[in-house]
Amino acid sequence: MKPQPAADKTSSRQLPTWLGWLSRSGQRPSHWLNWRDPQVRALVFQALFVVGVGALLADIVANTLANMESRGISTGFGFLSSEAGFGILQTLIPYSETSSFGRTFVVGLLNTLLVSVLGIALATLLGFVIGIARLSTNWLLARLASVYIEVFRNIPLLLQIFFWYFAVLQALPSPRDSLSLGEAVFLNLRGLYLPRPLPEAGFDWVMAALALGILASIALRVWSRRRQARTGQLFPLLPAALGLIVGLPTLVFVLAGAPLGWELPVLRGFNFRGGITMIPELAALLLALSIYTAAFIAEIVRAGIQSVDGGQTEAAEALGLRHGQILRLIVIPQALRVIIPPLTSQYLNLLKNSSLATAIGYPDLVNVFAGTTLNQTGQAVEVIAMTMAVYLTISLLISLFMNWYNARSALNAR
Amino acid sequence: MFQRKFTQGCAACLAFASLCLGPLTAVAGDTLDAVKKRGFVQCGVNTGLPGFSNADDQGEWTGLDVDFCRAVAAAVLGDAQKVQFTPLTAKERLTALQSGEIDVLSRNTTWTLTRDTSLGINFTGVSYYDGQGFMVTKALGIKSAKELDGAAVCILAGTTTELNLADYFRTNGMEYEPVVFDTADQTARGFEAGRCDVLTSDQSQLYGVRLKLKEADKAEILPEVISKEPLGPAVRQGDDDWFNIVRWTLFAMVNAEEFGVTAANVDEMKKSTTNPEVRRLLGLEGIKGKGLGLKDDWAYQIVKQVGNYGEVFARTVGSGSPLGIPRGLNALWRDGGLQYAPPIR
Repeated sequence: MKPQPAADKTSSRQLPTWLGWLSRSGQRPSHWLNWRDPQVRALVFQALFVVGVGALLADIVANTLANMESRGISTGFGFLSSEAGFGILQTLIPYSETSSFGRTFVVGLLNTLLVSVLGIALATLLGFVIGIARLSTNWLLARLASVYIEVFRNIPLLLQIFFWYFAVLQALPSPRDSLSLGEAVFLNLRGLYLPRPLPEAGFDWVMAALALGILASIALRVWSRRRQARTGQLFPLLPAALGLIVGLPTLVFVLAGAPLGWELPVLRGFNFRGGITMIPELAALLLALSIYTAAFIAEIVRAGIQSVDGGQTEAAEALGLRHGQILRLIVIPQALRVIIPPLTSQYLNLLKNSSLATAIGYPDLVNVFAGTTLNQTGQAVEVIAMTMAVYLTISLLISLFMNWYNARSALNAR
Repeated sequence: MFQRKFTQGCAACLAFASLCLGPLTAVAGDTLDAVKKRGFVQCGVNTGLPGFSNADDQGEWTGLDVDFCRAVAAAVLGDAQKVQFTPLTAKERLTALQSGEIDVLSRNTTWTLTRDTSLGINFTGVSYYDGQGFMVTKALGIKSAKELDGAAVCILAGTTTELNLADYFRTNGMEYEPVVFDTADQTARGFEAGRCDVLTSDQSQLYGVRLKLKEADKAEILPEVISKEPLGPAVRQGDDDWFNIVRWTLFAMVNAEEFGVTAANVDEMKKSTTNPEVRRLLGLEGIKGKGLGLKDDWAYQIVKQVGNYGEVFARTVGSGSPLGIPRGLNALWRDGGLQYAPPIR
């Protein structure tokens, strides 16, 4: 409810300020809980409603607990600390069969975040490219982009996930006939195997140089902005920053004698071991999620760009701005205002759609925690509540961030 | 005006809430009444496992677990067809039973201490003694599960199999890569596509899954059995009457096999037998149906409409079925197996 305008000070002097706000304008200080006053009534009913909802929730919880108790189903979160006893295909943190159920939660959560973050990044990239391609003056390119959007937007995501998974599995060779690149990178139907970098002594210097390069680039940007504001002169920021961020660490790397070893994947027994593995479940899920979501993002981007009046581009050209500058300074900032709110929804959708992972056995939160852990412990209510809370929290965080970004790039009302 | 509407809405809301909050209680002994009133038994079965519960091309459910449900219906309602089957995945099955969606869970479910004690369910007996095994492609040239170090293993999610597998590889100092699927079909497809070297499951299921493969002869089942998997029907805790009915349905089937009572000869037996054990089984003398709260001919109906344990076994998973699984542990106790039923008296 909106804060009420400050009460008239003279008439509500006897009352504390907040009580003064309760009565509409403080005209009847002696009857400040007057039932006929709509504001008072509204407040009372709202308070009653909140209490009612709270009581309802409390009763649902108590009722559930009582029923579970009477049916001999154990409750509580104690199971989180007992030993899990099952293996997980992909873990970003150390995990073994002797780890706890609580740890399976974290492992599943990290796997969900991994595929969501990678998926959001890829879908955004692909979506922007396709969206811009759809507006291209090149007939073929624009038509291809339209076909892409119509095809991938209109096929159910679960089918796409199955398609990519079984297509990937069918197309790739068995581990013994792996495709290999210089005996260091291997591809077979068990996954993509990459060498793992092993930093040796002196690698810290390279990391330090990288950090220095990034800091210097930020400083340079601030300086060049100020100089441009003062003198109007432009500074070639991009090549300079590239030199600082890429060149400097490379130079240090060479000077320090290339202090980096590689752990190569080796075929032992059935499968490759060592190195970094990208499992086909992740690849298939990532492909399906990105390609599907990119189709929606492309349409959002197209709509955003079309919402910027063509006259603005012409005006910018008349001012003598270059093509890249027009896009960067005029079109994109205005298009973003239209793009960001629906884009947020797409990010949220992608996160939630990632739970389809369970269909192809990618060990995400729903598969590992709301699947295996739920079944091994039987704590359905607790496990599902925790899982729902996670999706809600992450969705709210994404929402919050995008709202902040939206507010930042929104047009200031004049 | 807004306030007024809001007030009315609020009152309606609270009235609705108080309706919702009526006590939800389960009184012991009410499952039988509920089943009789409803007119059919709700039975949770597998979504598709040849030999145990599988819908055939006419949409008719067949299998050992399915026939057990029919036996319960025959005992309780006198008609084996009065069953509604609810196909459940491994993950859904226990919740479905806990929440009261089904009356009996007859879905190749392993009897364990945890499930008996902390899930609010009770196993009523063992309808099939099973054990976990491994299936590999013949091309790998593997003869023992001990050679599986580093293998990728396809498993079904939410089963005791997942835990046994982890235990087995850990105690033998071997590594493995678990590829966990949601349904038996997906697991089989993953195995077929070569995503994993091995498929592990209960032995009985391996025979069933193998039948479903496109090239069944290329797969081979390894000799090792790495766990005990007593599979049996389960009911909710707190309703002892219903527990007894389900438990004694199985015992009646096993006893019938022991006394040589079959679907074919049960009518004749009923007329002419003088064997007191058979007479008690068929409800001609002794306690009859009183203790269970059923009609006196409850066991007769089971044998007449569904058959004895041996007949059902042979028809669904044994010699008379495509699976051809030998009786093994599931033979009667007097034939060296584990199937043994307490006397009906």
